[in-house]
This record gives sequence, C-alpha cells and structure tokens, in this order.
Amino acid sequence: MSKPWDETCEHLLRELAPQILGVVARRFRDFVSAEDAVQEALLAAFTQWPQEGIPENPRGWLIQVASRRITDQLRSTIARREREELVAREAETIAPLVGLESDMDPDDTLILLFMCCHPALTSSSAIALTLRAVGGLTTAEIANAFLVPEATMAQRISRAKQNIKASGVPFLMPSSEERAQRLPTVLHVLYLIFNEGYTSSIGPHLQRLDLSREAIRLTRAVRALLPNDGEVLGLLALMLLTDARRSARTGPHDELIPLDQQDRTLWDQAEISEGTRLLTAALSKGSVGMYQLQAAVAAVHDEAARAEDTDWPQILALYELLMRISPSPMVTLNHAIAAAMVHGPAKGLELLKTLDSDNRLAEHYRLDAVRAHLFEKVGNSASAIKHYRIAAAHTTSTPERNYLMSQAARLDQS
Amino acid sequence: MKYILLMSGTKAGVDGYLAWSQKDIDAHMAVLKALNKELTESGEFVATQRLAGPAEAKVVRGEKNGLPVTDGIFPESKEFLLGYWLVDVATPERAYAIAARISTGPGPGGVPTNMPIEVRQVASYDQRKS
Amino acid sequence: MKYILMMNTMKAGCGVPSWPQKDLQAHIAFMLALNKELHAAGELVSAEGLSFPDQARQVRAGKEGKPITDGVFPESKEFLAGFWIIDVDSPERAYAIAAKISAAPGAGGAPLNMPIEVRPVMSAPPKEML
Repeated sequence: MSKPWDETCEHLLRELAPQILGVVARRFRDFVSAEDAVQEALLAAFTQWPQEGIPENPRGWLIQVASRRITDQLRSTIARREREELVAREAETIAPLVGLESDMDPDDTLILLFMCCHPALTSSSAIALTLRAVGGLTTAEIANAFLVPEATMAQRISRAKQNIKASGVPFLMPSSEERAQRLPTVLHVLYLIFNEGYTSSIGPHLQRLDLSREAIRLTRAVRALLPNDGEVLGLLALMLLTDARRSARTGPHDELIPLDQQDRTLWDQAEISEGTRLLTAALSKGSVGMYQLQAAVAAVHDEAARAEDTDWPQILALYELLMRISPSPMVTLNHAIAAAMVHGPAKGLELLKTLDSDNRLAEHYRLDAVRAHLFEKVGNSASAIKHYRIAAAHTTSTPERNYLMSQAARLDQS
Repeated sequence: MKYILLMSGTKAGVDGYLAWSQKDIDAHMAVLKALNKELTESGEFVATQRLAGPAEAKVVRGEKNGLPVTDGIFPESKEFLLGYWLVDVATPERAYAIAARISTGPGPGGVPTNMPIEVRQVASYDQRKS
Repeated sequence: MKYILMMNTMKAGCGVPSWPQKDLQAHIAFMLALNKELHAAGELVSAEGLSFPDQARQVRAGKEGKPITDGVFPESKEFLAGFWIIDVDSPERAYAIAAKISAAPGAGGAPLNMPIEVRPVMSAPPKEML
C-alpha cells in the first residue's frame, strides 16, 4: 500500500537525497553525473508521488530511477563494446535492488561532504553544493535563502560540479591524513551556512529557509559519522549555544537586541543543555580547538541567568587562549571587550589601539562599533556618538546599521 | 511595465540621516516595510535594494592592460544613489503614485521628507533565459 | 557579498551614440557576452538597462500624497544608464568585473574607459551584538 503525500514526505526526500547520491555516485564512480541523475529522480518523485502516493520502498525507487537516468545518458555517448559492459552492469543494478541498498555506506555522506567542500571550490560554491547534495535542498530553496535568482544559483551549483569533475577527485573516502587536512574546510563551510542563517530575515522574502537549522542538521550528521572529533563536537555545541538565543535577539520591529539586554527567559534551555553537554564531551577529548573555545565562550554567556552574572574573567581567559591558538582581528576585538569588562573600559580602549594599524580588519566598522561602546562606558558620550555613526556609515547590514544609529541617537538625546 | 524608482542623496543628507532619533528611525522603517508588503501582495514588487554609503564606494576604470584602477573619492556635494525599488506595474501613473508614497515617508519629527524620487522605465532584458 | 555596479552618464551624453553601426553592434555584443559570462559563473543577480533620461520623471508627493511629476533636470545631473547587481566572493572580483565593463568598446572599437561606480549592497547578516 502506498502512503498519501503530505508535508513529512518532503522531509523524507530531503533525508534520502544524500543517501541515494552516495550509492549512485559510488556505483557509477561519477559524482557529477550522479548528482544530475539524482536531481532528476527527486524531481520525478516530487511530480509523481503526490498523485500516486509514496512507493513502498521509496529509497529503492529513487535509486532505480537515478540509475536508469545515468545509464540512459551513458548509453547515448559511448561505444558498443563499453555498451555491452554497461548492460551487464545494469543487470547487476536492477536485479538485486536489495543488494544495492545494502551497498549503502553511512560514510557516503562524509565522502559527499568532502567532495562538496573541496578546497578548490570558493566558499559560495561549496555552500551551494553542500546544501544541494548533502542537504537535499532544491535550487529554488537555496536561491531564496541567499536572495539570488534561481537561475543564478543553478549556475553556481553547475559550475561547482564542473570544477569537481575537472579536479579529477574520485568518489572515495580520502585517506585519514587527507581527512585531517580537509575536515577544517568542511566545518568552515557548515559554520558559514550557520552564520548566514543567523539573522531573522525581514522583507519580501518571507519564506526564507532557516539556514541555521540546516547547518545544525548537517553538523549533527557529521557528528554521527565522526563521534570522537573534538572540533566537530565543538562546532555543533557552538551552533546550539548560539541558536539558543535566537528568539531574544530581535525585537518586535526586527530591531537587534544586544546580548546584555536580551530577555533571557526566551533563551532555549534545551539547546543550552545539549550544547553544554556536547562541549563537556569535546573538552574531555584532550585537544582544544577554535570551535571548542568559541563554544566555551558561548556557554559561559548562556549559563548566566542575568547579564550581570556573566563570568567575564573566564571569558577573558578563553579569549587569551583563542589569541594563542587561532589569532585574528575579530578575536582581538572580542578579547578587548572582555578585558574591558574585567579591568575597566579604559583598558579595553587601550587594547583596541593595537588594531588601528591592522590591515586585516576587513570590517573596520566593527572596530568603531566596539570603540563607541567602550567610550560610552568610560563616559565619553561625544566620542561614543561619533564612532557609532562612523560604524553605521560603514556596515553593509541594514539591521546592524539601524542598531548603531539607534545607539548614537540614544546618547545624543540624553 | 517595469519601472525603477531611484532615491538619491548627498553625503550631507546621509550624515543627517545617521543622526535621526530612535523614534524617527522606527517610523521611517515601518512605512517602508508596509509599502514593500503592500507591493508584494499586489504582485507589483520586483526588487528593492539599499546601497551602502559613499564611504564604501569605489569608481573603477579599466586600465590599458584591463586591470581595474580604483578611486574612492566622492565629492561632498555629489548626489549618489541610496537605493531603489523595481516595480512591475500596469501604467506609468501607478509608478508615479508609488514614488509619491515613498516621497511622503516620514523624516525627523515625523514630517514627510518630500524627497524627489526619480522614475525611469526599465528596458526589458530578461537575464534568466539564456 | 552583493555589489551594485553603476554606469552613469551625463544628460548630454545620453541617447543612441552616433557611432557607425558596426561599432554599435560590437558594443551591444560585448554587453550581452559579459552578462552571459556573469550568469554562467553564477555571479549575476540582476542587470538592467534604463530608458533614456528624456523619459525620466522626478516625483514628489503633493497635496494628500498625490504625485507631482516634473521632467526638468539640471544639465549637470548624472543619470543612471544601467546597472548590474553581482554576488561575488571578494571586492577585488567586483572591481575586476567593473573594469571589464569600463573597457566596453565604443567608437572605432576603442575601449570607452567609462567610470563604473561600485558599491556594496546592504545585504550582510548582522553580527552578534555586544
């Protein structure tokens, strides 16, 4: 008996997509052709299943359709000798469908991730391809999430696949040495997806996909495959501990609410619990990495019932560690804020001076924003107002610009 | 028919805007948001973009070897584009009416800015089909 | 990161240029090829050509929000002739594309070397506030 189509069916397709892709890519040794074929199979499912109901074996159905697509394509482009070889392989494929299914290797998702996050790809390509091939999202959904036309996103994905094809990377698990080298890129891509989603989007694109949830879902999948990796645990913890605050981040008019003014009763305690548990597990592995440390900072914030209860000395210590193992202008900035909370705003302002000549601070407006905040704490309203407005003039995020303007306005009126 | 509605300003104007009070900012944002919602519901909305300020602007020319030459200088009094709306409407009068709505958007103290909005018809040139 | 690339012209310089037809066609072909390239790279968000300034209208809100249109502009005013919205990975890539546009061929096939204004579009997600 086939099941009727409903909302959970879309979720089912999303879950199955990367699994099907893994099986087919491995069987036919061709990631790019497999990706195309799987997309067509998914489209066929989207059109047929609502009419005919879900097949009893949806996974098998999709594998069969995708496999047929590939062989059809190959058939039209290869010589007769190879064609015979193919027919033999196809017989192998269609007959023991059960056999093919048990071909399913949970590592396939990991292989997919390594392929989609290949260092040869740009971040935006890797993000798009990951969301498609591993996330199972449609091109339209991804385009909508990034506010570009569907055709643009389709091209981006197509280009990414061509780059992978050109690089000649086989659909195989990289060696453990290569994995150690490439995992950071995978985590970075997932982190970027999370960040992109970490904004309550306003405006006409009301049905934007929740990228933060997608990032968490994908990172959970990675964690299931690599349960003992400290940084994977750290990244998942960081995402959960950050996501926990989302309901409190924006006000009724979509305005941004800073951490120290958020209504903490709106924080998601379940996510905080889980995040903290994961973090503890990660730290117990012995090694300490960038995501684990950032998660630790988030955990310290999240455990404070009120802003004034925040354990700033611990946060300062964590940033000092971060400055050693993963230095960056952003870390220095955050370190200065923590130092200001522990040793006074004057100390923070002093530390910021070291960044004035740092060319790497690509988003210089952040420096002005932090400076403004500290000037306010020191009691220098005039300088605070000035720097808030400079920061407002330089940010390219509208909610952020409004926030910075409001801060200046607030001081100007008092 | 596609029209573009252009909102321009000068550096002095933008500096003034950055100094608005909280209340005025909120009121201004609310009006624009309501307009976008209305246009989306009527099916006339195509796109809207806000542009970063002139501090972030660069003027680029191609050098002889094709490499870009950038120049970030923007005279104080020069008018520049702040943002635009792209709408798809039945008549030019409808485009002017929408522009007038934008022009009545509130400024400091809730007084309508009455700023001039430039309205231009867009050449139809669908990029998506290629 | 989204950028807007703007091609501005003076009113006097607007209208169909009086180049030989061959040069005009080369110019159009260049622009079409550029857009195709940007689209193929997954970088093109939108590209629009605007109608000439003689059809431009300036609209303000009059009594009860009724639009008042005016077709007179100062001679010195710069007009937006067309623009591109691109989504690229770095400002350098945005400048490189702008340089290419700048070098579009004009009379006699020589690069026009037009100044192209490049500015970020307000599109970044907000960072964690203190």
